[in-house]
Amino acid sequence: MFTLYDTTLSSRLLLGTARYPSPAILEEAVRRSGAGILTVSLRRELAGAKGDKSRGGAFFEMIKALGVRVLPNTAGCHSVQEAVLTAKMAREVFATDWVKLEVIGHHDTLQPDVFALVEAARILTAEGFKVFPYTTEDLVVGEKLLEAGCKVLMPWCAPIGSAMGPVNPAALKAYRAAFSDVPLIVDAGIGRPSHATAVMELGFDAVLLNTAVSGAGDPAAMAQAFGQAIAAGRTAYLADPLEPRDMAVPSTPVIGKAVFDMAPAAASGRA
Amino acid sequence: MRILVKGAGVGGLAAAFALHRAGHRVTLCEKAPGLGAGASWLAGGMLAPFCERESAEERVLTEGLRAADWWEAAVPGAVTRAGTLVVAPERDMSELDRFARRTRGYEWLDADGIAALEPALSGRFRRALFFREEAHLDPRRVMTTLTERLGAEGVSVRLGAAAMEDGFDRVVDCTGAARRGDLARLRAVRGEMLHLETDEVTLSRPVRLLHPRHPLYVVPRGEGRFMVGATMIESETEGLVSTRSVMELLNAAYALHPAFGEAHLAEAAAGLRPAFPDNLPDIHEEGRMLFLNGFYRHGFLLAPSMAEALVARLAEASSPILSKGAVA
Repeated sequence: MFTLYDTTLSSRLLLGTARYPSPAILEEAVRRSGAGILTVSLRRELAGAKGDKSRGGAFFEMIKALGVRVLPNTAGCHSVQEAVLTAKMAREVFATDWVKLEVIGHHDTLQPDVFALVEAARILTAEGFKVFPYTTEDLVVGEKLLEAGCKVLMPWCAPIGSAMGPVNPAALKAYRAAFSDVPLIVDAGIGRPSHATAVMELGFDAVLLNTAVSGAGDPAAMAQAFGQAIAAGRTAYLADPLEPRDMAVPSTPVIGKAVFDMAPAAASGRA
Repeated sequence: MRILVKGAGVGGLAAAFALHRAGHRVTLCEKAPGLGAGASWLAGGMLAPFCERESAEERVLTEGLRAADWWEAAVPGAVTRAGTLVVAPERDMSELDRFARRTRGYEWLDADGIAALEPALSGRFRRALFFREEAHLDPRRVMTTLTERLGAEGVSVRLGAAAMEDGFDRVVDCTGAARRGDLARLRAVRGEMLHLETDEVTLSRPVRLLHPRHPLYVVPRGEGRFMVGATMIESETEGLVSTRSVMELLNAAYALHPAFGEAHLAEAAAGLRPAFPDNLPDIHEEGRMLFLNGFYRHGFLLAPSMAEALVARLAEASSPILSKGAVA
């Protein structure tokens, strides 16, 4: 169990709802993943809807009907203004003050614009939103987001949709250590269940992914695999895994050494 | 049987033709004053069951395989059997491998093979997939010609007329996205397309350009006209094409061939694809009403098999043994 903005959740998987072969397959994927939160994009889906009551219509209704908590996102927004507007529309459509804040700085790589992100986070927090910011693993940006009022941080582990997995594990470790009492969700860049296990073993609280499931040949089966992988990583983290050792430096050479040579070293070691 | 078919989109036209050939007395009614009010008019017209299998169910492949012959019989000369070419930009080459893993019925082409097939694309792509068995048609030409044929063969075709349902044994509703709200779990998926005109590019077959987020295709319509499609947005908003979609569609065309950058933008349109949650078409029966709907992006591919399924269902219902007495 872990807590996001005073809400306790048992599942550590947040699943995106975009680009599945069909809503029926999405539904099956959600069921088999055990995801506790679904992210939904609205920017494009609501474009041109204006005062239209349908507001994206049947697809959103279908997601609501799944009975899983929804985290609307601002995917596709490239400015503070767009993101704030989309967050407000999301609040109307899904009746939630949760929002995954995404402000894209680079159209091609979808790298977040962290400056606009912090500004938008400040505005939305002031308006009562509970902001889940999609950010890089930069520690200073993380601090600024907390100052802006975020109570959760969501660093990437690789660019969105790249499926590369954790490209900079050292940075993720440092992130975990720097924000030891903040819920941390790895968002973006996960390609395979083993990637999810790897970041969960580092002590991250949850994983958010979409394409890794929706783009798989059998999305529902992949969703199940991710659910299992995330649970395995979490259990492993709690079980305190061994640190890897550099075998080039033998720490306790015994074979071929006289036993009495060891005695002083052992005595001077940790008592 | 006297049958009223409502809606002159691809589903209604195929149903009317199949029912007429099965010996029924068919009336085809379309509320709009002419053809072209619905999604079918904006369709790509690709008869590409192998390619569609990349993300669609097996049924789309097995039933879709019959489409080319069926349309050729309905509208002789309408079907071009030149296959489909699938390419990817250099940095998205892994998309091409993934597409190959999830499909069948293709052969790999190298740069020379691509140049031999489509000289206009010579030197632009290193590798491609060629789906030799696939075909395409021009939806507007097919819809127009088939409507004329139905009229000529004695089917009563009424465009711009409210359907009077009295006096018919069965009513087949093929009105697509208009049935949202009436048919359980029917939704609409917005699609946007462009028509480009240029004399500088010649293509002989549909070309699909793979991209992780915006996979698009270009279908040659002949005489320097190209259809570029189509976005897939989970939105039920009708109306104009968004500038972002235009940019994406044009980017794809430009990536395929830079000469498209100098083409004329002849048309930009948006429509609503009707779809059930599994994105597969279905027939619902309610009394004497039959609803044929949910073609999603597979109207021309699956209308033939669904129209034949409709004929079979009516034959079953009217046989004396199976009839529950509802139909005389």
